[in-house]
Amino acid sequence: MAASLDRPKGLRQKRGARRLGGALLLFSAPIGFFVAIYIAALVALFVSAFWSVNSFTGLLEHVWTTANFSTLWHGSVYRTVALRTIGIAFAVTITDAVIAFPFAYFMARVASPRTRALLFVLTLLPLWASYLARVYAWQVILDHNGILNWSLQKIGLPAANLGYTNTAVWIVFSYIWLPFMILPVYAALERIPHSYIEASRDLGARGSRTLRTVILPLALPGIVAGSIFTFSLTLGDYITPTLVGGSNSQFIGNVVYDSVNQSSNLPFAAAYATVPLAVMGIYLLIARRLGAFNAL
Amino acid sequence: MRKPMWALIAIFAVGLMFPAAGVSKQTGGTLNMVAWEGYLQPQWVNPFQKQTGCHINAKYAGSSDEMVTLMRTGGGSQYDMVSASGDASLRLIYGHDVQTVDPTKVPDFKNFGKAFQSPPNNTVGGKHYGISLQWGPNTLLYNTKKVKPAPTSWSVIYSSKYKGKVTVPDNPIQIADAALYLMKHKPSLGIRDPYELNPAQFTATINLLKQQKPLVKKYWGLAGQEISLFKSGDAVVGASWPYQTNTLIADKSPVKDLIPSEGATGWLDTWMVSAHTKNLDCAYKWLAYVSTPKVQAEQAIYFGETPVNSKACSIMDKLSKGSCEQYHANAPLQYFKQIYFWKTPIAACGNGQNNCMDYTKWQQAWTALKG
Repeated sequence: MAASLDRPKGLRQKRGARRLGGALLLFSAPIGFFVAIYIAALVALFVSAFWSVNSFTGLLEHVWTTANFSTLWHGSVYRTVALRTIGIAFAVTITDAVIAFPFAYFMARVASPRTRALLFVLTLLPLWASYLARVYAWQVILDHNGILNWSLQKIGLPAANLGYTNTAVWIVFSYIWLPFMILPVYAALERIPHSYIEASRDLGARGSRTLRTVILPLALPGIVAGSIFTFSLTLGDYITPTLVGGSNSQFIGNVVYDSVNQSSNLPFAAAYATVPLAVMGIYLLIARRLGAFNAL
Repeated sequence: MRKPMWALIAIFAVGLMFPAAGVSKQTGGTLNMVAWEGYLQPQWVNPFQKQTGCHINAKYAGSSDEMVTLMRTGGGSQYDMVSASGDASLRLIYGHDVQTVDPTKVPDFKNFGKAFQSPPNNTVGGKHYGISLQWGPNTLLYNTKKVKPAPTSWSVIYSSKYKGKVTVPDNPIQIADAALYLMKHKPSLGIRDPYELNPAQFTATINLLKQQKPLVKKYWGLAGQEISLFKSGDAVVGASWPYQTNTLIADKSPVKDLIPSEGATGWLDTWMVSAHTKNLDCAYKWLAYVSTPKVQAEQAIYFGETPVNSKACSIMDKLSKGSCEQYHANAPLQYFKQIYFWKTPIAACGNGQNNCMDYTKWQQAWTALKG
């Protein structure tokens, strides 16, 4: 094959090959890291889901079995927990989208550069504080003698008693993940050229029509991107339900944690952990349909 | 040629001897220990290291299951000893992770309360798999201002009077508390041991817990959670440890605790020795050392639990006045008849039958209960 090539082309090819080799060399470390840490860990997770644990000694038994998955399928409690987790993840995502959109719109299109910088700092500020501290702060706000009940009492309203309920879990998640929704929505809104909005107005569309037919569709990829964050972060969390949840607030993460920590049942935990993985897979497919990745 | 050769060998031999001599003199080696936080305080670990030359590395575990897992890492050779609670010890024994110990090598063993010399959670078939350390009861805690009249029975956490104000531990072993309640209130079920439940008894117990669930504000996972529930008023009655009571009282919260008329469950911790330890000599020195009255008293005061060595009582009172009485360190044998110490539920019932619910079933039932 080499004989049929003319000289310059061969040279170019050689140089190209060298460049490719160089690139491979340069990226071999990150690629190796990716394969070893991400892919191998996922494969190990999936494989161990088919093992079992001796019910008494707690020792791992490397015998292939689908018992974990059939327990998941037949145990109604695991369905309830999964549905609760997914339900609250959806509620949190919608809440964050509704709050984030006007906020991001104001930041991107109305605020002066100075106000915008200030709002950026305010959005990101909570992320600099410890996650735990922020959840505990909400515990103080929502519990029986908390700030919320105290304020309600002051203005003559009955106590809300939101502490240690699923409502509290929903509120705290919505608060904690809000910045992860604001930022992508802001990025999407900022990219809409002003001329589009002017054109819409020139053609006689009112504000609400422009919002519905021009701005929202163009901002949708940003909202979907943000929703991937809020949805997946809620799906995987177990600390917030533990701290502000009540007697009915088990999440998938809590069951996984208890399986490992209370009964050393790693295989069952692995099997259950494939559920959020599958849910996220489906979610990402839908997100791709909605064009969330077109900007990538 | 010959002379220098011999000289060389001599030098080598002497050189080899020196480090060897150094090692055996300085140490009995190193003990890697898995323990509850607070169990390896410098206050009593440092004097031990000085006396024996055995060096101690502490690894603190957060749960019984973590302890079991840690004792199995690296084929069980990574850690030499563990301060196992009753809900972990049988798993370690039947998993062949720990070895038998000879109590005659622990001089203070004869001073232990009778209930702690051969308790079923560390002694199997007459063989000792560890030396008992400290114990504590799981008490009933209540707010003295909100709960009136003062409760005398566990029924207060199963009745709807304090609906939404009850808190119980988030731990499968909590099923035993409900079983203990039924043992006293429904003798027809025939429960003899709250950790040995046949399917019918287990179902009845879980049903009681299901009825209790709407009353529960929160299943607490950490002692600190229960403390904040009581402080904020979200809970006024619940199952607890003496530690929470002491902390709340120190904080001037209006609370009291008691062992109700039905009795209570309790924990008993045991120092166990890994089956794969290379430092048996140091391990025995540690077992003997932590059993002495002084160390027993120091740890009891530090952690808020009760020593198994009955001679620790007078030293406790010296360290903190009235503490011996407060922690029941001088209690008569009769007292322990009402405490049912944690042990891992296994399929084998005490009566020779093999149909009892094992710990995995307890754990699954607990997850299902929380829903």
